[in-house]
Amino acid sequence: MNAPVKIPVGSAPLEREEILLAVENVSLSFGGVKAIQDVSFDVRKGEIRAIIGPNGAGKTSMLNCINGFYHPQQGRITFKGRTRPRMRPHEAASQGVARTFQNVALFKGMSTLDNIMVGRTLKMKEPFFWQLWRHGPAMREEIRHRAVVEDIIDFLQIQHIRRTPVGKLPYGLQKRVELARALAMEPDLLLLDEPMAGMNLEEKEDMCRFILDVNNQFGTTIALIEHDMGVVMDLSDRVVVLEYGRKIADGTPAEVKADSRVIDAYLGVAH
Amino acid sequence: MLYREAGQYKTSYAADMAIFPLRQDRIGLAAILAIAFVAIPMTGNQFFLSSVMIPFLVFSLAAVGLNILTGYTGLLSLGTGAFMGVGAYACYKLATAFPDVNILVWILCSGFFAAAIGVIFGLPSLRIKGFYLAVATLAAQFFLQWSFVRIPWLYNYNASGAIEVPTRTLFGLPLTGATASPETRYFALLVIVVALTWIASNLVHGRVGRMWMAVRDMDIAAELMGIRLLHTKLLAFAVSSFFCGVAGACMMFLWYGGGEANDLFNINLSFNILFMVIIGGLGSLIGSFMGAAFISILPTALKFGLPAIGIPIAGATAEHVNLLLVGGLIIFFLIVEPHGLARLWQILKQKLRVWPFPY
Ligand SMILES: Nc1ncnc2c1ncn2[C@@H]1O[C@H](COP(=O)(O)OP(=O)(O)OP(=O)(O)O)[C@@H](O)[C@H]1O
Ligand SMILES: [Mg+2]
Repeated sequence: MNAPVKIPVGSAPLEREEILLAVENVSLSFGGVKAIQDVSFDVRKGEIRAIIGPNGAGKTSMLNCINGFYHPQQGRITFKGRTRPRMRPHEAASQGVARTFQNVALFKGMSTLDNIMVGRTLKMKEPFFWQLWRHGPAMREEIRHRAVVEDIIDFLQIQHIRRTPVGKLPYGLQKRVELARALAMEPDLLLLDEPMAGMNLEEKEDMCRFILDVNNQFGTTIALIEHDMGVVMDLSDRVVVLEYGRKIADGTPAEVKADSRVIDAYLGVAH
Repeated sequence: MLYREAGQYKTSYAADMAIFPLRQDRIGLAAILAIAFVAIPMTGNQFFLSSVMIPFLVFSLAAVGLNILTGYTGLLSLGTGAFMGVGAYACYKLATAFPDVNILVWILCSGFFAAAIGVIFGLPSLRIKGFYLAVATLAAQFFLQWSFVRIPWLYNYNASGAIEVPTRTLFGLPLTGATASPETRYFALLVIVVALTWIASNLVHGRVGRMWMAVRDMDIAAELMGIRLLHTKLLAFAVSSFFCGVAGACMMFLWYGGGEANDLFNINLSFNILFMVIIGGLGSLIGSFMGAAFISILPTALKFGLPAIGIPIAGATAEHVNLLLVGGLIIFFLIVEPHGLARLWQILKQKLRVWPFPY
């Protein structure tokens, strides 16, 4: 990476107060299981917001609500000042929400390049008629977007696996391709579900660097779920802590770390 | 000629995105086209054209169609035969209602009717997939086949209950009907198949193809990238059925010259096309041709080829050997190599590229 690694200033208070995403009193249950109970928090424009909590706390469910995959029974979610009940996932995508998954959800049969190109789908407008010929407008559009995708490939240093079917890649690289695919959407809000799970130390460091660079260079707002407390403290501007579907703390990493309820919650979990 | 890419640099994304980026592949394609357009009509006798090449081309087109749906989009269909039937009956109705319009126009238009029917029977695919969708398309197969037989309007109330293909000409030469020569029919069919395959290749290598494959590989992620699942699946049904419909019209007008749905567009045909796609390779256009060649030519090769080289084989035995071979191969490919002959071909090319150093 050519860009210098910026040392994160996690606990510095943000000057920009504009709220990009507001989650208000959201509750979600599956039959008897209450996955989320009355949770409210917000994400400011340009910040890195961490969501932490023990296993089964409802973190993934929360992301699923934000990008329209689940519909909370109560509460509302406002994104870019607009409240939309029952938003479909593809609508969330077209409004600028991108996402990576806890268990990698890549398109296994396709190459790295094609996976990332799928991320450009919403930006590609040439109609079906032109797709029939692969010359003229459709080809020009394809080349334009290929150039963008190549920039992302350079940015994430995955040039060497461009043509490899992603199913054959090691786990760490798959996670990186998934990030690339999400970045290709040029999102306003990037949701990362445990981007570093199952990685070795070196891969984790790389991934941290990429997340910070994305935030710095593109100004992308990021909400991420992570179990590694060290990473969370270094990366994030503010942290939400969930436990058993409830919010138990919300604040800067330093504040959250000192919170007695958070300490209690984490004492029960080996870390 | 060595299969090497050394010295072939790509200086633009357009060159890198070409469907055949290697010069050797482009030469190979040109050679195949030259053989198909020049060598075969010049040397091939009538039997070879009408019993080997014409069936092969019709099946290839249908296999390309089914591959778009099953191989690229991951939606299993057992209704291919019926969708081909829709093409054949639509073409018959159009050709007899408007006899002055060129028959090639109607053969291509019949694809749109098949596409419309395909979309209707594709609607359940939003809610169901896999085995259940296969059963739903099976219902389409039986329902449509029943309609072809029971609705006399579709076969113009012919006493035979079958389509009787009228004579139509192209540039003064009879193209369909009893007097059409195999050469004319072969040429027309070849042009249709080459043109439609080129279009299929354009589609699967671009945005649309990536959307189909994304839905096949991980529909949840595809939806979160902004892909509408129902639209994408229905588009696959439409395009796939278009190809199958044109293949069906070609089968009736350029190959059989007449016939009835229960004999032609039955469940056996659906399965045969599916086997071609499986043996040739799911998600590969070249594989569709390989599978079609294999399954459509094997019976003829066994029946006439073996006696020709001095191995006596009775007609019935040849048929049994054929069934055994195809059945065995399907099991082999399903278990060992789901990407079929096309993948074996790719592996061979990869080996050639690095030969003689196998690292
Ligand atoms: N689709 C579903 N159907 C039923 N229950 C679900 C579903 N999704 C989540 N749950 C339940 O909701 C609760 C919260 O799950 P969730 O996956 O959000 O936790 P998490 O915080 O992401 O945990 P982890 O750290 O293990 O990923 C769990 O009890 C889980 O069993
Ligand atoms: Mg989770």
